[in-house]
Amino acid sequence: MPVIAIVVALLVSAVVLLVAGYDPLEAYPIMWKGAFSDQRTFSEVLLKATPLILLGAGLSLTFRCGIVNLGAEGQFYAGSVVATLIGINFANLPSYLLIPLVLLGGALSGALWAMLAGYLKVRFNASEVVTTIMLNYVAIIFTGYLVTGPMQESKVGFPQTAQIGEAAWLPRFLPPTRLHIGFLIALLVALLIYILLFKTSTGYGIRAVGINAEAARYAGINVRRNILLAMAISGGAAGLGGAIEVTGLTYRLFQMISPGYGFDAIAVSLLVNNNPIATVLSGILFGALRSGSEMMQMNLKVPSVLVSAIQGIVILSVVAFSVYRDKILKWFTER
Amino acid sequence: MEDIVKTFPDTIANDGITIEVRSGEVHCLLGENGAGKTVLMSVLFGLYRPDSGRIIYKGESIQINSPKDAIKNRIGMVHQHFMLVPTLTVTQNVMLGQYAYTKILNNTDKVAERLREMSQQFGLDIDPCALISELSVGEQQRVEILKALYHGADLLILDEPTAVLTPQETTHLLGFLRQLVDNGLTIIFITHKLEEVMQVSDRVTVLRDGKVVATVDTVDTDPRELARFMVGRDVLMELTREATQPGPVVLSVKGLCVNDERGLPAVKGVSFDVREKEIVGIAGVSGNGQTELALALAGLTECTFDELALGGRPVMNVSPRKLFETGLVHIPEDRHKMGVVLPFTIAENIILEDYHCQPNSHHGFLNKRYISQHAVMLVEKFDIRASGINEELEHLSGGNQQKVVMARELDRKPRFLLVNQPTRGIDIGATEYIRQQILLQRDKNCAILLISTDLEEIFMLSDRILVIYEGQIIGEVPADRKLIEQVGLWMAGQRSTV
Repeated sequence: MPVIAIVVALLVSAVVLLVAGYDPLEAYPIMWKGAFSDQRTFSEVLLKATPLILLGAGLSLTFRCGIVNLGAEGQFYAGSVVATLIGINFANLPSYLLIPLVLLGGALSGALWAMLAGYLKVRFNASEVVTTIMLNYVAIIFTGYLVTGPMQESKVGFPQTAQIGEAAWLPRFLPPTRLHIGFLIALLVALLIYILLFKTSTGYGIRAVGINAEAARYAGINVRRNILLAMAISGGAAGLGGAIEVTGLTYRLFQMISPGYGFDAIAVSLLVNNNPIATVLSGILFGALRSGSEMMQMNLKVPSVLVSAIQGIVILSVVAFSVYRDKILKWFTER
Repeated sequence: MEDIVKTFPDTIANDGITIEVRSGEVHCLLGENGAGKTVLMSVLFGLYRPDSGRIIYKGESIQINSPKDAIKNRIGMVHQHFMLVPTLTVTQNVMLGQYAYTKILNNTDKVAERLREMSQQFGLDIDPCALISELSVGEQQRVEILKALYHGADLLILDEPTAVLTPQETTHLLGFLRQLVDNGLTIIFITHKLEEVMQVSDRVTVLRDGKVVATVDTVDTDPRELARFMVGRDVLMELTREATQPGPVVLSVKGLCVNDERGLPAVKGVSFDVREKEIVGIAGVSGNGQTELALALAGLTECTFDELALGGRPVMNVSPRKLFETGLVHIPEDRHKMGVVLPFTIAENIILEDYHCQPNSHHGFLNKRYISQHAVMLVEKFDIRASGINEELEHLSGGNQQKVVMARELDRKPRFLLVNQPTRGIDIGATEYIRQQILLQRDKNCAILLISTDLEEIFMLSDRILVIYEGQIIGEVPADRKLIEQVGLWMAGQRSTV
């Protein structure tokens, strides 16, 4: 089913490209090459997949708990801000202390940011759809303020912070590529969330609340606590994603540090029916899509808005297919 | 309406119903909940399509595929739950869905004027410019009637119109209905309250289990006969039940009050005891506070009380999990909503309450092996028909789903068993089995409170019967079948003994 969604999306995108005056038969091979031609391009794909996997796996947990958490973007920002703060101010610490500290700080701030929305939901019954989106704006805009104000690098005048201490940089394990251990952490987190969700009693409670909160309450499960817990873990994963982006790749914080990972991650999770471990595959797919379309942009001078449009079409198609899964299946089997 | 059949996946709601309503009469449709009254009228109003049968209206066979067709044929319906938009005025509500936008803009004043006239003509006392949200429930109902009249209805269907009204409003409504009939309307009045039937109707048709039991002229009958028509049904089976000597009090309730979801009082100060080795049946037409009573006892809704003790210990504002520890076991009214998690497997459903305890959970990890073994054992013991313990609940029949609930709950060795509607919508075989299991628990020294709208079930299982009506317990009798008519009358709100 996900494969069909992608194929349909690429077909629709082909029409868009044609209308805009580009030849899809020329563009798509370039896109493919941009992602899978050699070790370097593929490592870039994995780098782009890293935050998508972390955020997607986290989101899958909240979706399984029946929470429409659209706040991964803001939680990612929260994590990147705190990671940068720690990375700059504790630069003297040795790596084996600083790296765990930075990652933990990022995860914790993401978790708290998410729990704010969770708290508003369980305490005041405020729709998480609204609160998480609003908190995204707060996080993004506050980050913008920080990098142009209090945290701005003093000399240069760009809207960015100083570099974090070198001791906080995540080790790269496949030189000359930029691939760093953040990718491995993402794989591990996806696996851990999968185990939590499907192998532990805690995960059972979260799933029961997600499918039938009324039955869960009847059975003595504390619905509110499970919602807070799911938000905390999900936000923690997203915050970790933000910390890893800073410590593994950018080494500093700047405005718009996320090109929308938090929103792509929704599709990453939905594409694989909210299965945390499978977000590894869908995360890599979306990473490849981003890398490939950037290549298309460079080589064919396809404008960046068109590239964004193609990514949007893929996400729309994936969501449409996951929402109408049953109807589409029925349509196919009846014919 | 001739030979109307309407089936739903689980049940036959209307099983070959033929009714005849004469023009210019108030015709009551009487029956217990689930007898098929509302479904039948929904067929007439085009909300459901019948599987078979035909509708003859004013001498012609007509097809009603949607409410639009019904309105075109001058049939109006006032639903139990009003179909009004609170933020719009009376006039705007009446005009909803009727005209193109431009026409609405031009005609609002005219429509309002016409509504004012009609309101005066029929004594409805409704201001067409008032906002719906400012009106009382009784007034909103009159708006619904006005709406139907405005659309030219000369057959008006009222679905349990008095359920939401105060006694005064009820009197007003009944008087007003007579007035409408004098103006040439025909009214079908759905109810389960005998008093209202006697007061307002010309003729009455009694439905039971989707079939017509009788159609009689109101003057030729009395509440007693109607009650017998309504509740007396064929006995499915008899269970052998030995008399037992009840032990000490397990559940003691004094002055319990519970509000419903809307915050209106649903249970108004009930008091009773349940003893060991005793089944106390709570009879009543559904919607008289049973749901709220059960939720309150299970710790699932807030309540106030003078005394509430389980096993001699006071329980107040205790979480459901804490209540389980005192030996409470609750078989909920609505399986799908509360009793099970449909997409979960049988095994997963069986651990719903104990998933976090040993041996289901070991160091926080689910112990798949134990869970499976235990599920296999219960599936066998409770004769649950399924392809295996990993079959999802949504693929089981209603009876087997309920058996899963029973298996899970009774396996907890209850001290106090709270059972609400254990056999609703379940086939006969499973029904019999489930009833036997309940009796078996009694013999194991369990105290049991059985809430059911099925009188036959109440009489079959209970040792004592309490009747609940509008949130109050209005009578208590021993479970003697000779008293079934008395109970039926109480259920219909007739307080005096016959």
